[in-house]
Amino acid sequence: MPFYSDKVMEHFQNPRNVGEIKDADGVGEVGNPVCGDLMTFYVKVQEGKLADIKFKTFGCGAAIAVSSMVSEMALGKTIDEALKITNEEVAKELGGLPPNKMHCSNLGATALHKAIENYQNKNKATP
Amino acid sequence: MAKEIYLDNHSNAKIDERVLAEMMPYLKENYGNAQSMHALGERAKEALEKARQQAGNMIGAGVNEICFTSCASEANNLAVKGTAEAFKHKGRHIVVSGIEHFSVLYAAKRLGMMGFEITYLPVDKHGLVSPDDVKKAIKAETILVSVQHANPEIGAIQPIKEIAKAVHERNVLFHTDATCTAGIVPVNVEDLGADLLTFSSTQFYGPKGAAALYIKKGIRLAPLIDGGIQEGGKRAGTENIPAIAGFGKACEIAKTEMETNARRTILLRDRLLDQLPKKIEYLYLTGHPSQRLPNNVSFMVEFVEGEGMFLLLDQKGIYVTSGSACASKALKMSHVLTAINADPAIGQGSILMTLSKYNTGDEIDYILAEFPPIVKKLREMSPLYSYFLKTGRRKAAGPGTDYDHEHEHEHEEVL
Repeated sequence: MPFYSDKVMEHFQNPRNVGEIKDADGVGEVGNPVCGDLMTFYVKVQEGKLADIKFKTFGCGAAIAVSSMVSEMALGKTIDEALKITNEEVAKELGGLPPNKMHCSNLGATALHKAIENYQNKNKATP
Repeated sequence: MAKEIYLDNHSNAKIDERVLAEMMPYLKENYGNAQSMHALGERAKEALEKARQQAGNMIGAGVNEICFTSCASEANNLAVKGTAEAFKHKGRHIVVSGIEHFSVLYAAKRLGMMGFEITYLPVDKHGLVSPDDVKKAIKAETILVSVQHANPEIGAIQPIKEIAKAVHERNVLFHTDATCTAGIVPVNVEDLGADLLTFSSTQFYGPKGAAALYIKKGIRLAPLIDGGIQEGGKRAGTENIPAIAGFGKACEIAKTEMETNARRTILLRDRLLDQLPKKIEYLYLTGHPSQRLPNNVSFMVEFVEGEGMFLLLDQKGIYVTSGSACASKALKMSHVLTAINADPAIGQGSILMTLSKYNTGDEIDYILAEFPPIVKKLREMSPLYSYFLKTGRRKAAGPGTDYDHEHEHEHEEVL
């Protein structure tokens, strides 16, 4: 059996939503270059929905595929819906990840949630 | 057929047709056990002793000094544990370099758990052990020093003669793991000053399943495997005659052809070492500039991770390996890159290409054309690279920095 599922390889080779949003409403980052993974997510929120998501990821094939997958899953969703997406669901949607990649590289949902929380905190600060 | 460029020859090289031809009769009609007294046993025995001669010839050893094993890892284990067991009455201190292959490192670590004291020698930024450090590490209780001839990951060739001299001045046994050098560059046990020397032929076109430990005449090690009288009691177990016959043939061929092969691979190696840093910015060569294996090209590419590179190279039919955390099961930077003090974030982008006599100039052209766009693609996705382009600074990483608190993964320990 190959190391990664076809779906992981497909997302890794053709990742969706790569990039940055200059006037992002929220930015979130997780990971650590020392462990080989760092994900930065940017979100644009309109009428309570994720109107745009972009990411940049430093990491292995799994890390890039996970970032791409979660961006696709969350795009257009409401904030509440997006916050409910778990890392496990992302891995499942990708047809599974090798066991040793589950901890380290499977942080896409966490990074997205951080970006959303960043947006929510900013909105709290402005009355 | 799609292009396939094999640059993972440290892991295993393609077998030479002449080696395969030598092995075939022992897989088919000459299937006897070398310890049997009948004619079929005799034929197997003849193959075994012919291979012993061929293996000894290549490294300047006598036939009684060659002990066949199943692989280089076993030979390394035999050298380290066999010496420890046999000489523990003299002392319980062993010195190894910190960049040894795991089969030396973990053999030593296990002895450490059994009450031996282990000293790990540091290396400089090029991966070289200092003979002075060896001198300082040796104590009255030291029974063995083991320093590899060359490193499989960064290709640095150690000053083995000087190290062996320092060890012998203190009347201690010296082992060198020559798995990366034997059959690739001239290896002579007397010239190097080795008492014990590990070698296998998987890198010089021989088969898997056979390797050897040179044990200098007069040294008696304790066996790892007890049983029959094979290998003069040093290693019990039915001899793997097809593999050993192939190993011997590979040694015989290497003795006459290794110089030609080395000249060839050096030309290809030097094109990669020269061109890659010119074509890819922020690419850092690892290992020693001149004391380097003829077939080793090792480097780190900043802002990208090794596994991503090798997966995309794999898609192009270019087969390499990476020492990055994600590419290894332990999920941490390789012990070799750590020992040469590589930046842990940059070390994630490590790539190792190892050449063989089968590689061609056209293949090098193809790599030089295909590799830079792969790095470019991954850098365009990399937050570390965009941060660097915007600020001119690198994101701090490692203990004591912003990212330290994130470092909480459960790392699998081998032992």
